[in-house]
Amino acid sequence: MSGGIGLDIRIPIGAMFALMGLALSGYGWMTNGVPGFYDKSLGININLWWGLAMTLFGSGLLATARFKKP
Amino acid sequence: MTDVRLAWIDYSLMAIYFAFVIGIGVALKRFMRSSADYFLSGRAMPAWVAGLAFISANLGAQEVIGMGASGAKYGIATSHFYWIGAIPAMVFTGVFMMPFYYGSRARSVPEYLKLRFDEKTRALNAISFAVMTVFSSGVSLYAMGKLFRLLLGWDEDASMLVAAGIVLAYIFLGGLTSAIYNEVLQFFLMVFGFLPLVWLGLKDAGGWAGLQARLMTHSVAQGYAPTAYTQSWAFMGDATRNPVGIEWFGLAMGLGFVLSFGYWCTDFLVVQRAMAADSMTAARRAPLIAAIPKMLFPFLVILPGMLALTVAPPAVAPSAAAAASIGIIPPKTNEAGEITRDANGRPVIDYDLATPAMLARYMPSGLLGLGLTALLASFMSGMAGNVTAFNTVWTYDIYQSYFKRDASDAHYLWMGRAATVGGIALSVATAYVAAAFNNIMDALQLVFAFVNAPLFATFLLGMFWKRATGHGAFWGLIAGTLAAALHHGISLPEGSVVGVKGGFLGVLLSSYRSELAQTFWTAIVAWTVCFGVTIAASLATRPRPDAELVGLVYALTPKPAEEVSFWRRPATLAVAVLTATLLLNLIFF
Repeated sequence: MSGGIGLDIRIPIGAMFALMGLALSGYGWMTNGVPGFYDKSLGININLWWGLAMTLFGSGLLATARFKKP
Repeated sequence: MTDVRLAWIDYSLMAIYFAFVIGIGVALKRFMRSSADYFLSGRAMPAWVAGLAFISANLGAQEVIGMGASGAKYGIATSHFYWIGAIPAMVFTGVFMMPFYYGSRARSVPEYLKLRFDEKTRALNAISFAVMTVFSSGVSLYAMGKLFRLLLGWDEDASMLVAAGIVLAYIFLGGLTSAIYNEVLQFFLMVFGFLPLVWLGLKDAGGWAGLQARLMTHSVAQGYAPTAYTQSWAFMGDATRNPVGIEWFGLAMGLGFVLSFGYWCTDFLVVQRAMAADSMTAARRAPLIAAIPKMLFPFLVILPGMLALTVAPPAVAPSAAAAASIGIIPPKTNEAGEITRDANGRPVIDYDLATPAMLARYMPSGLLGLGLTALLASFMSGMAGNVTAFNTVWTYDIYQSYFKRDASDAHYLWMGRAATVGGIALSVATAYVAAAFNNIMDALQLVFAFVNAPLFATFLLGMFWKRATGHGAFWGLIAGTLAAALHHGISLPEGSVVGVKGGFLGVLLSSYRSELAQTFWTAIVAWTVCFGVTIAASLATRPRPDAELVGLVYALTPKPAEEVSFWRRPATLAVAVLTATLLLNLIFF
């Protein structure tokens, strides 16, 4: 149901989002509490939270590709 | 604008994106065995993949930057491009047009014109379309180079060549499938890149209510009613009372009917995606599935522009440019850094920087990298859309038809790859011409607008009136294009100088409140003339026998069988989409 030919489209997209999400949330974790760093984003550690959301989305796609009907 | 500095994380996110788009091309290379694989994705795409690619191919620079700019210029009325423009047209494509495109087994939109009408109508459409795709991908490439120079100080040549090179790599390798897969990826990247921007911007403004309140001052300062920027229909009764400068009839007919249906129903760039679907039902559902995210796009691309009007410019260094800004949208400057001013001495605002300025304002390192990657992705998906449409039309409709008719399939596959290289090389050349000769580009863009305006009349008559003939279609298109040029030549938007903006025929018969109003009325005139001439010329020429038109005309084509469950049928989906769009119009009325 996802890409008629050999490659299931959910795999590259899922992998990219998981990877980007991990990088972003990792960076958010590193920069957490740095004074002034998150002034632009209204004091919210947006990297951490949005990175986690992307990781979740990416791994969700990978999971549905993994458990698709044969 | 050049106070944006990128950290290693920002570059890393971009690098991850580049690696994946090229990786997809490499992974798909071994599946490209025939020309049908390369140009039509082997007609193997599921509906949701074709659908997301359908909107993503259109999600180029024009959409993201242009809609943000329009949001700042016109406010929420920009949503008309979606809620009476794109959505109804996409629904019409899915329900009524795809059965002919897909069912006729035509490999391209021009090829459908050949099957339905004749060779000359196809040639006219194929050639103008091929030139236009190369041209628009070149212009958007140039826009990208310029934007990244203004925003980040990047070298224009370098960013243009890198972007073009990456698009070349993945299309060369994996053809349309690679373009479609990457478009789906780019679609999600756009959503994830822009959602936090809108969220932060709205939160800062105090939500929609806060934005409404803040825009009242701006609206009054521009001479409109306080809510003119936050209500889409309420002031459409009179062209002088809304920032778009148009009245409801010109809007509904010009934008809603003629231009939007003309684009979404006949432009091979988008239709190609739906034609790659794996079944008739999937091909019909693709534009309908695409309409669901599409109707929510105004929140993603228009709101940043509106928000940009209300954000105070950074207080770091008070400068002339900062003083001339509206919100955080800076004025245009020339090479020496002086502010561009109009005839009345007022600064000319560079609305195209509305959305980029918002990215710079709200995104810290990390998220900024994601936002910029999303912007890059939108440029690339737009360019890839143009290039894949170009290589198909070139190979099937021009090369195979007029140069080499009976070559082997492998030869056409090879030609497709060559056309990809050629198309991208021409785009890059166009980008350089655009950089050097702005006026030529404006004039060319105008000519294309004339050519496109009447198209929908031809397709409508072709699909729903079996009496329409090839001569009728051809002369209707020519007449429609001439009528567009004529109308443009005798009308002028207020405050513009005679020339590319109009009035070049020496007589001025009408004046419009805005350029958009003029564009919409030009389209209405072109469509009407094309419609009339096509009918007249068709009645004067010999019709084709019914037997030749089966599968090409509504009355002679068996209705597509509905093999899927009720809730997955195109008609069900269409009703749901239209109802939701109506609700959105009412909410922001």
